[in-house]
Amino acid sequence: MSYSTRRGVLKTLLFGGTALATPSALWAVEYGRGEGMPWAPMRGDPPYYGTTDARFFTPDERAAVAAISARLIPSDDDGPGATEADVVTFLDRQMAGFYGRGQHWYMKGPFAEGTDTQGYQSEYPPAELYRHALAELDAYCRAQDDESFAGLSEGRQDEILTGLDEEKITFDAVSAKVFFDLILKNTIEGYFADPIYGGNRDMVAWRYVGFPGTRYDYRDFVNHGGAPIQLEPVSLMGRPGWSRP
Amino acid sequence: MTRKKLSGFDVVLVGFGWTGAIYAEKLTAAGLEVLALERGPWRDTSKDFATTFAQDELRYYWRHGMFQETAQSTLTFRNNGAETALPMRHWGSFLPGNGVGGSGVHWNGQTYRFLPSDFVVRSHNEERYGPLPDGMTVQDYGVTYDELEPHFDYFEKICGICGKAGNLNGQTSPGGNPFEGARSSEYPNPPMQMTFSQDRFEASARDLGLNPFPVPSANMSRAYVNPLGLQLAPCTYCGFCEKYGCGNYSKSSPQTTILPVLMERPNFTLRTESEVLSIEKSPDGSRVTGVTYVDTSGDSFFQPAEMVVMCAYPLENTRLMLLSQIGTPYNPQTGKGVVGKNYCYQVMSGATVFFEDEFTNGFVGAGALGMAVDDYNGDNFDHSGLGFIGGGYIACYTTNARPIESHPVPDGVPEWGSAWKQSIAANFLKTATVGVHGASMAHRSNYLDLDPTYTDRHNRPLLRMTYDFTQNDRRLTNHLTPVAEDIARGMGGREVKVSERTGAYDSVPYQTTHNTGGTIMGTDPQTSVCNRFCQSWDMPNLFVAGAGLFPQNAGYNPTATVGALAYWSVDAIINQYLPDPGPLVQP
Repeated sequence: MSYSTRRGVLKTLLFGGTALATPSALWAVEYGRGEGMPWAPMRGDPPYYGTTDARFFTPDERAAVAAISARLIPSDDDGPGATEADVVTFLDRQMAGFYGRGQHWYMKGPFAEGTDTQGYQSEYPPAELYRHALAELDAYCRAQDDESFAGLSEGRQDEILTGLDEEKITFDAVSAKVFFDLILKNTIEGYFADPIYGGNRDMVAWRYVGFPGTRYDYRDFVNHGGAPIQLEPVSLMGRPGWSRP
Repeated sequence: MTRKKLSGFDVVLVGFGWTGAIYAEKLTAAGLEVLALERGPWRDTSKDFATTFAQDELRYYWRHGMFQETAQSTLTFRNNGAETALPMRHWGSFLPGNGVGGSGVHWNGQTYRFLPSDFVVRSHNEERYGPLPDGMTVQDYGVTYDELEPHFDYFEKICGICGKAGNLNGQTSPGGNPFEGARSSEYPNPPMQMTFSQDRFEASARDLGLNPFPVPSANMSRAYVNPLGLQLAPCTYCGFCEKYGCGNYSKSSPQTTILPVLMERPNFTLRTESEVLSIEKSPDGSRVTGVTYVDTSGDSFFQPAEMVVMCAYPLENTRLMLLSQIGTPYNPQTGKGVVGKNYCYQVMSGATVFFEDEFTNGFVGAGALGMAVDDYNGDNFDHSGLGFIGGGYIACYTTNARPIESHPVPDGVPEWGSAWKQSIAANFLKTATVGVHGASMAHRSNYLDLDPTYTDRHNRPLLRMTYDFTQNDRRLTNHLTPVAEDIARGMGGREVKVSERTGAYDSVPYQTTHNTGGTIMGTDPQTSVCNRFCQSWDMPNLFVAGAGLFPQNAGYNPTATVGALAYWSVDAIINQYLPDPGPLVQP
């Protein structure tokens, strides 16, 4: 059956000859009408969020964040930590971008504390939450130890982080626990994300755990039968060996 | 804000994911002028998730690259009516999609048919076990498995689903699921190639006397051409399916299986970045006249239509009906009303196996690469004396080893610090998970309505979700999780960690994007929003698609049933409604 035949019948049946104006200024993008799948040059959507060298932290904040992430994922004889992966650079870029601003999040009030099952309810987006929490952490460390967090021993840093995690240390302006949970999550992101975002430098974390990265074809390995698969990791920007002489 | 009136269409589709594509393809083939309005942008493989950047875990999952932004619209949540609902400020437990293709772009591809008994949950269980408890508001769909079978079959052929039949025309077929409803034909493609973890699961399940079968998969086991002439490529087992678009044309989606044909048709139009604000009614309230939508200019338009099909995500379909004052809102105090009724979810639990010497190499994976058993699903086992109905499949998938998301550690390992890090390195490539995909039975106290406080960017009330796991859910998960543990213990690992489903429903950790109900179908306008053809009881020229139609959720992933219901409904529109527009079922 042709489109036009059926269409003619239905037009009479359904519309009864209703005549209406055509839209003059549609801001929406219109596709179809027999023109096929749209494609145009230079319209690809490659990654860019957080890939530029933007900064949010002050030097003191950056030192504190570097020290915190280094305790959450420590460097040890077993393998690299947040320091080798340069997680602080990842966090700095993230806080400077749409994520830190909470740009995609629902941030309308009223704000209330909520139950554990209701999730993030801070009135502050991530970057501001970091800023308030880091100021209170600094005040706490100076009051207790007369030292910045970054200047404390690793053992004392672990004690304080445990205090935040277990809600034995609390802040006034923001929840210390919410901050702890967020920086832990963000540190894990920075450690394991693709290196284009500034962390996981030289794919150290992927190499450490044995993740081969952003490869796209493992058909040759489906029958691995429980044996290890030795593959050098690849990032979205390739592999260091590809660009070095 | 101005409101301009546009020229009319025969059909306007609200939302353009799987169901929008299905309705559009069939209705344009029948000669109708169809317009789809999609809130999000155009998306396609080459532009948005090419193989050179599709495997970006941070961007697509953790920064929600293809999901609805909560800044645009979210919902509020509370566990029960005594609490104050608060907005989900960013997503957690589920991830509604956005843009052309909807969640069909970033699903895993696990494509099970519901069981015949899943469509008649109330009548089947009452007949076998006696009256159901007060407060359990489960209902029959009004459509049976046998009626849907041809539409399941067609959806599987459109998608090129890979699997092995267990029941072919009533005859048991070895290697498949012996509990499934009768199939009219074999799967279009053979099952995916299994890996080490599935082999161990299969052996362990057989030892326990269970009946393992390959999970029906929308990730291709071989090259395939579907009935519309569209081609899919063999899956490369890259491990980036759920939450990601497939760069390789290997996963069935609207983009790979329908859109290239649909977009060639002169009687199909798609407008993106066009968010429908309300469905409009005639002055006498007897029919819908079209929709009002807003585009990126902030201008709003009245789009007339002879027929409207709601093809948005279930949560948004329910909200739009409530905002448009179509149908009676559900009232949990009286149990009367229908819109927002029977919100259901999924009751997930599982057991993780840690191997000592063997490597499971989870990065060699695919979204629907798995083996499952159905011995404890639906009413495949005797529920006498158990105190619950329904069940779930138990499966071992190898979907991925994406490192931000996947770092299982044994019991007793701290959540940060050196011990945590070292445990991840030791176990990252050496774990397998046996998951329970539990059904969610409707309860009077679980529902959706409009929030009294919070509004979206257009100052319309957000949807409010009131939800917690029920006694049925808890008994179900307590009965099934030990079975998963038994299978896991037989897989030859060093140790097993059990993840039970206990405590209140938590909106924070990701569980699954299987939100159902709110616009349910049924046999009676007093207890359902739509009739058995997915047509609104109140407005005969309004149809509803999607998992919002489910009166309760089965122990399966919803997409195959969503697809079958869409093909069933559009068939009724073409063959019954168009010749004689009006109610297809007399109340």
